[in-house]
Amino acid sequence: MNAYDIVLKSREKGRPTAVRYISRIVDGFIELHGDRRFADDAAIVGGVGFVGGMPVTVIGIEKGEDTNDKIAHNFGCAHPEGYRKAVRLMKEAEKFGRPVLCFVDTSGAYCGIGAEERGQSEAIASSILEMIRLKTPTLSVVIGEGGSGGALGLCAADEVWITETSTYSVISPEGCASILWKDSAKVAEASECLKMTAPDLEALGAVEKVIPERGFCDEFFEDLKADIARFFRGKRGVCLDELVRARYERFRKF
Amino acid sequence: MKFDLKKFFSRKPKNELEGEAAPQPAPEAPAEAAIPEKLAEKCEKCGQIVLSADMEENFGICPKCGHCKKIDARARIRLCAENFEELFADEAGGNILGFPGYDEKLAALRAKTGEKDAVVCGTADIGGVRCALFSMDYRFQMGSMGHTVGEKITKTFEYAAEERLPVVGFILSGGARMQEGIVSLMQMAKTSAAVACHGEAGLLYIAVLCDPTTGGVSASFAFEADIIMAEKGALIGFAGPRVIEQTIRQTLPEGFQRAEFLQEKGFVDLIVERKEMKDTLAALLKLHAAPEKEAEL
Ligand SMILES: [Zn+2]
Repeated sequence: MNAYDIVLKSREKGRPTAVRYISRIVDGFIELHGDRRFADDAAIVGGVGFVGGMPVTVIGIEKGEDTNDKIAHNFGCAHPEGYRKAVRLMKEAEKFGRPVLCFVDTSGAYCGIGAEERGQSEAIASSILEMIRLKTPTLSVVIGEGGSGGALGLCAADEVWITETSTYSVISPEGCASILWKDSAKVAEASECLKMTAPDLEALGAVEKVIPERGFCDEFFEDLKADIARFFRGKRGVCLDELVRARYERFRKF
Repeated sequence: MKFDLKKFFSRKPKNELEGEAAPQPAPEAPAEAAIPEKLAEKCEKCGQIVLSADMEENFGICPKCGHCKKIDARARIRLCAENFEELFADEAGGNILGFPGYDEKLAALRAKTGEKDAVVCGTADIGGVRCALFSMDYRFQMGSMGHTVGEKITKTFEYAAEERLPVVGFILSGGARMQEGIVSLMQMAKTSAAVACHGEAGLLYIAVLCDPTTGGVSASFAFEADIIMAEKGALIGFAGPRVIEQTIRQTLPEGFQRAEFLQEKGFVDLIVERKEMKDTLAALLKLHAAPEKEAEL
């Protein structure tokens, strides 16, 4: 598959979305709503549950599965209140010593009047800043599109994993082609140049692990669940200052 | 890291503006290198001809109508600070992803501006208070953030934390530098972490948002300051107005995403005219530098 095929695949209809990952990986999930300031953003789903017997906080950017569901979740394009809900849940996780697990799948944070009025920039900036200093283990898994700042708001983690046909990029290839080359037909070329596919991201050190998808079969979810549980178990008892320092270094190397 | 290049990409990009939220292209700045003896220029607002020397002396404020034209990073520093000593001047990154045409573009921008990238960093006095500062340059891809910009700003915060200095940032950016792909996105996280560490040390960071501040820069260190100042009329937002109009298919209201709008919505502490920038910064820095002993009395 070339880069553009992967871009299309990452957006494909029928691909499992965050809610499916949560239902397959997190036991006894209880959804918690709202940012306690303005509203509850359905583009970001969050709550608590267990992974491998460990209590975790889980946050996912949800695109929605069928048409009505996509509209309800605003196609996975979060508003500021979504990022503020995520921060609230992360701080709660920190307080109770729970690790934070994020599933990331968004073409980007929402661009619109309300989003600007309520401070989309400030919301994402705060989410990055709070997450990168969070005194509890964090893991983000990109499961579809990792679109720019909207994805990074939930990717300032100890490790970032990605499924093999997902992408993670500073800009969509469409945006890149139209801004840089004034030519939307150059999307395929832009997809290559942006180095946004899993192997390229791994080579650049932007992700720690590429997860084979195996057609999203039962074993895929079971193995991912086991890997996530192992990751968090490995962080048990670590010095939290050391954890935050290591996270600083993870991003400092860029 | 080396990647394959595609021959047919060698054509040069047409657009100078980068970032996920690139604003409307600004009128091309006069190529000063090409016309060294330029004596007069036309104000972009009132259209009157003014002496370039007057404009320069007046920090880019039109003597006829008061309009503020964009000023470069060093002019901004001269406007607000004294005894500037540059730091990290040798930082100059290359074409990390092997992005087609980017080497040529960087070389052209370096030749045109005399700067290695879109930010100038150092230490200086503002109102007699020593501080670390960084100042972004519109002439360099509209202040877009790639590795070099992120690295220099990160180093500025790290240096300031070490030396226990406040940081003043003059921010101006159309967003991330897309030719550096994920590496440019990572700069948002890297700078944020450095801002956080500086803040955790109890030190002050003042951001001055200039026209424009959008995209990846606005969604990271621009909005992580203790005090957020904005230059009057500056365009500030996550997405650029053009991108929003395309998304929602309607025209945006007058004044949308301007500094005054952001202040009204609660995201900007104070709006300052260019002429008052230095005094306002000095007052804030002095207040924060006041010995605690006096406060106890
Ligand atoms: Zn004028």
